[in-house]
Amino acid sequence: MLNTIFHRLLQSVVVIVLMSFVVYMLIGLMPGDPIDLMISSDPRMTAEDAARLRQVYGLDQPLWDRYMAWATGALSGEFGYSRLFGRPVIELMGPRLLNTFLLMLSAWILAVIFGLGLGILAGARQGGIIDTSVNWLAFVSASTPTFWLALLLMILFSVQLQLLPASGFPTSLNAGFGERLRHLVLPVLTLAIFETGAYARYMRAAMMEALNADHVRTARAKGASRVRVVLVHALRNAMIPVVTIMALGFGNQFSGALITETMFSYPGMGKMIFDSVMGNDFNLALVALLFATAMTLAANLIADLAYVMLDPRISYAARPGGAAR
Amino acid sequence: MRRLLARPGAVFSIVILSVIALAALAAPLIADAFGYDVTETDLLARYEPPSLAHWLGTDEVGRDVLLRMLYGARVSIAVGLVAALLAAIIGTAIGLLAGWFGGRIDVLLMRFTDGVIALPLLPLLIVLAAVDLRKIGLPQWIVNGEQISLYRIIVITALVGWTTVARLVRGQTLALRARDFVRSAIAMGAGPLRIMIVHILPNAISPIVVATTLAVGNIILFESVLSFLGLGIQPPLPSWGNMLSNAQETIWQSPLLAVYPGMLILITVACCNLLGDALQAAYDPRRRLRTA
Repeated sequence: MLNTIFHRLLQSVVVIVLMSFVVYMLIGLMPGDPIDLMISSDPRMTAEDAARLRQVYGLDQPLWDRYMAWATGALSGEFGYSRLFGRPVIELMGPRLLNTFLLMLSAWILAVIFGLGLGILAGARQGGIIDTSVNWLAFVSASTPTFWLALLLMILFSVQLQLLPASGFPTSLNAGFGERLRHLVLPVLTLAIFETGAYARYMRAAMMEALNADHVRTARAKGASRVRVVLVHALRNAMIPVVTIMALGFGNQFSGALITETMFSYPGMGKMIFDSVMGNDFNLALVALLFATAMTLAANLIADLAYVMLDPRISYAARPGGAAR
Repeated sequence: MRRLLARPGAVFSIVILSVIALAALAAPLIADAFGYDVTETDLLARYEPPSLAHWLGTDEVGRDVLLRMLYGARVSIAVGLVAALLAAIIGTAIGLLAGWFGGRIDVLLMRFTDGVIALPLLPLLIVLAAVDLRKIGLPQWIVNGEQISLYRIIVITALVGWTTVARLVRGQTLALRARDFVRSAIAMGAGPLRIMIVHILPNAISPIVVATTLAVGNIILFESVLSFLGLGIQPPLPSWGNMLSNAQETIWQSPLLAVYPGMLILITVACCNLLGDALQAAYDPRRRLRTA
């Protein structure tokens, strides 16, 4: 077990390190460089000044040397300054991470509750109304663009019913809990609807399989009630694969979170990545992307470990395709 | 093929997709028939409700919404098809190499694939979309070309979309490598390249087709998101995504503008998924990748 954890942890670290290099390189390929930006903000700067600055900032060094310099700094907690915000990048991460985490966790909890509930009901009564609806929900949500669903919810709740705000998030500390909640509803709902469909479909499939198992048939033959059979005997086995799917789902929400955050102007990591890429804020974009990657990898890691821990029959080597969705 | 046509889902999705594709192909003819130009603006006829002249009304600068959607369909479908094919080629190559050579190469390639799968794709796509093409050495005339946003999005979505095909092809290759006809080919002295292309690829084509069909839908979704965020297809070239981007700004004036293009994306992608599922069920009735 410990060996497994160590192995997977190592793997994630390797992915992060490789990713940091790739992203560093890609960011270097974005339009302009920091010196160009300084030149455009200070018209008195001469070509010699620019060349000197390039040297000061080490931009005349080869890519690999620059990356190593950055990585050494990053390892000692020095991530540089954000151009857009004029503050150390690392200071900006905390509150955004928290906001995104809040958004993703709320959506995830909602999706888990509804997904499990609907999935159990659908699996227990195949061909019923709930079963059909779950199938449709799963099918439609797999084909709908997240941003379009967000748009539709915006139209319904903000434009037509005028119940909820279409964007923003109160940043002042004295904004009440209720006000914060109102701004969370639409982004959370958007994300939750997508995941609910997927979870319900997996839960349904797992439930159907579990209901066919021998011990469940025995329980039924012994005269256990239908509810008891479903909730006690079948559910336990059905949960094993579903827990993994749900843990993976948490990390997979990040792309959706990026879209909803951007659309609803919700100050989280996703919006910050988008804004920093659009605003040529190299340091911020780099670090924010790495944080987002680390977050996703951590969720995947937890999912894998949960799978190994929950099902003693499965050794690490026999782990299924995992993250493939 | 007969097994495929026996499925109502397959027939339904083929019919719908054909209608959309034909309408998209015929878009210039339709434009002529109505006497409109897709880029023609008419500030006196903004936000018009649906009418005989404009079946779905007009947008914020008086352009015909239906016509723009059809032109958008050309772009979105072309991106979906070409990028999915490109992704299938990349995935097939990686899967063949990993499955055939095994050992270190297999471990390396599959770890790489796992790594790509584990990444948050959208942020990565955003960075890729923001790359300055001049810095990777493309000549000026290509970079400034009118269609550059089209090519760019095809390449970057293909770059992240190959993983499923790679896994499937690797699995098939591993299974086929042990079969007698492949072993006899080896014994007769066929080189690895010949075996991969002549013996293995034709037998692995079914899962590739299924995965590619499903990929078309996914790539259309990615394209629409990127275009929606302003990083994909650039106006005046219309795409479903960038039409919705305009529509978000005008939801207070005309909420319906935000409904139509999204509906078309939903229908198209749903049909791709339906067709993919039907293909899967037709070539291998026992095993289904997805239930829906």
